[in-house]
Amino acid sequence: MEKLISRFFEIPNANTISVYLGEGGYEAARQALEEMKPEKIEAELKNSNLRGLGGAGFSCGMKWSFVPRNTGKPIYLVVNADEGEPGTFKDKYILTYAPHLLIEGMILTAYAVGIHKAFIYIRGEYEVPYLKLKEAVDEAYNKGFLGKNIFGTSFHFDVVIHRGAGAYICGEETGLLESLEGKKGFPRLKPPFPAVVGLFGCPTVINNVETLSYIPFIVKRGSEWFAKLGVGKNGGMRLFSVSGHVEKPGVYELPMGIPLREIICDHAGGIRNNRKLKAVVPGGLSAAILTADELDVRMDFDSLKAIGSMGGSGGVIVMDETVSMVDALCVTMQFFAHESCGQCSPCREGTGWISRILNRIVNGKGRPNDIENLLDIGKYLGGTTICALADGAQMAFLSYLKKFRSEFEAVIPKHTKSYANA
Amino acid sequence: MKIFTTEFRKRADQICANYPVKRAAALPVMRLIQEEYGSISGEAELEIADYFEIPPAAVRELMTFYTLFYSKPKGKCHIQICRTLSCALLGAGELIRYMEEKLGIKAGETTQDEQFSLDQVECLGACEMAPMAQINKEYVGPLTKEKLGQVLKHNYVGIQD
Repeated sequence: MEKLISRFFEIPNANTISVYLGEGGYEAARQALEEMKPEKIEAELKNSNLRGLGGAGFSCGMKWSFVPRNTGKPIYLVVNADEGEPGTFKDKYILTYAPHLLIEGMILTAYAVGIHKAFIYIRGEYEVPYLKLKEAVDEAYNKGFLGKNIFGTSFHFDVVIHRGAGAYICGEETGLLESLEGKKGFPRLKPPFPAVVGLFGCPTVINNVETLSYIPFIVKRGSEWFAKLGVGKNGGMRLFSVSGHVEKPGVYELPMGIPLREIICDHAGGIRNNRKLKAVVPGGLSAAILTADELDVRMDFDSLKAIGSMGGSGGVIVMDETVSMVDALCVTMQFFAHESCGQCSPCREGTGWISRILNRIVNGKGRPNDIENLLDIGKYLGGTTICALADGAQMAFLSYLKKFRSEFEAVIPKHTKSYANA
Repeated sequence: MKIFTTEFRKRADQICANYPVKRAAALPVMRLIQEEYGSISGEAELEIADYFEIPPAAVRELMTFYTLFYSKPKGKCHIQICRTLSCALLGAGELIRYMEEKLGIKAGETTQDEQFSLDQVECLGACEMAPMAQINKEYVGPLTKEKLGQVLKHNYVGIQD
C-alpha cells in the first residue's frame, strides 16, 4: 500500500530541506503560487473530503469556507501541534521526521485563504520535535520559501513557533487560542467560531498538523485521487497511533475505512504473548471503548460514529484479556479529572467525583450504590459544558460501564443486611 | 535578584515582536526565565507582571494552570513517569512505586540532596515507547526497573540498552 506522509519517516534526513526537495518537496507549493488561483485550491480541498485529523473530523474545506475574507482584519493560521489526546503520537513523527511537509501545507493554506501570518502551537514537552521543526522553519526562511516574495512571487507569509506549557485543554482549539494570547487555556463559548472571531479577535484558520500535511499531496495529485483513497465522505488516509498490548506499537498510515481488525492484527502484529484481545480504544482516550466483538468496524469518522464511538485523533489503545476494565477506567477518569480546566462545574466536579469513587472501588472500598451514583454523575457530564472535554470523558466513561458492567459489580461488595434496616 | 535586566528585557522585547499583542509572549518569556533560573519565584512573578503590565494574579494564574512552570527548582535529575492508559497497561504504576521506594520520596517530591525529582505525569505523547518517562529533556522507553535503576547512578548520562 502506498504511503504518503509516513514515507518520509523512512527516508533518512527527510527533515532537512535538501532531502525534502530531492523528494519533490515544495513543488506543489511553488506550482500553486505561480499558477493556481487561491479559489481553485480551496475547491480542491473541499472535493478531497479531507477531514480534521486532530479529533473532531470536521470537513477541512468547509472550515476554510467559514472564514470571512473582507473584514479588513488580518486572517491568522494557527497550527494545532499540541498533541495531547492519550494514545496519540503521530504529529510528533511529522514534526520530527517530515516538518517541511507541514510547512508546505501551511504555505498552501495561507495562499488559498489569504493568510500572511501563522503560529504553530507545539506542546511544551516536545523537545526534539520542536528543535526539528525550528530547524526546518529556519531552512525554509533561508531558501525564500517563507517570509517575503515566496518563490519569487509577491506572496508573503511568516511563521512563529509558540511552545505550550503543559495543559491538555490547550489542544481544544479555543483553549489553544486563549493560551496563545498569553492567558490560561479556558475554552471559549461558540459561536462565534474561530473562523470568524479567533486569534486576537481576527478570523482564524486552525488545523491539526496531520491535516495540513496532507494538503501538498491533494494539490499535487488532485482531490479526486485523494477522496478515492478513503471511503464515503472520509477522504484519503490517516496516521493511526497504535499502542498497548500489541506486538508492534507505532504509527501506521492506512486508508480511511480500514477495518480495525486489520490495523491490530496485520499491521501492529497482533496481541503480545499470544493473549486474547479484550477491548480497544479506537480514537484516543475520549472515544467509547470497543469490545472484541466490534473489531470489524471500519476506522473512519462516520462508521465509528454509527456504532457510538468516534474516530477522534486516531489513537488506538489495545487491551488484552488480563486487563481489569475497572483499573483501566480508573486511570482514564483520573486523566480527565486532572486535565479538566475547571471552568464548567459539571466537568470540574463530575470528573473529580467519578475519579474519586473509582479510586475507592479499586482500593476495595466500593459501596453498593456506587454504580448508580456513577451513572447519575455521568448523565450530566456531557452536553452541559463550554467545550468537548466533558463530552469525551462522558463517552469513554459510560461505554466502560455499559459494556463491562459485570466487572464493576464483581469488585463492589454486595449490600449485606445492615442493622439500619433490620 | 533582578531578572528583567536591560539585556534580558531586550530578549523579551524580541519575543514580543512576534505577536501583535504583547501579552501573547507571556508563556515564551516565562519559559525563558525558567530555562535560565530553573524555576519562577514569587519575586519573578511580580517582575513578569510588571513587564507585561498585567496584575500579579494573572501571572499566578499562568503559574498554576500550566504544569511546566515550577515555583521551586526541580532536582538535577527530573524523572517524569507517564501514568496514562497505554503506559499504565504496561506497568507504569509499578515503576512509579519502584522509584518512590528507591529514592525514598513520594511522586511529586525532590530528594533532600536536590539530586532527584520524581513526578507522575499524564500522557506525554509517546505511547509507542510505553511504559515511558521524560528524564530532564529526553524521552525514554520502553522502561524496565533495571533501566530505571541506571538513572539512580551518579553522573547519569542516559539510559543504555
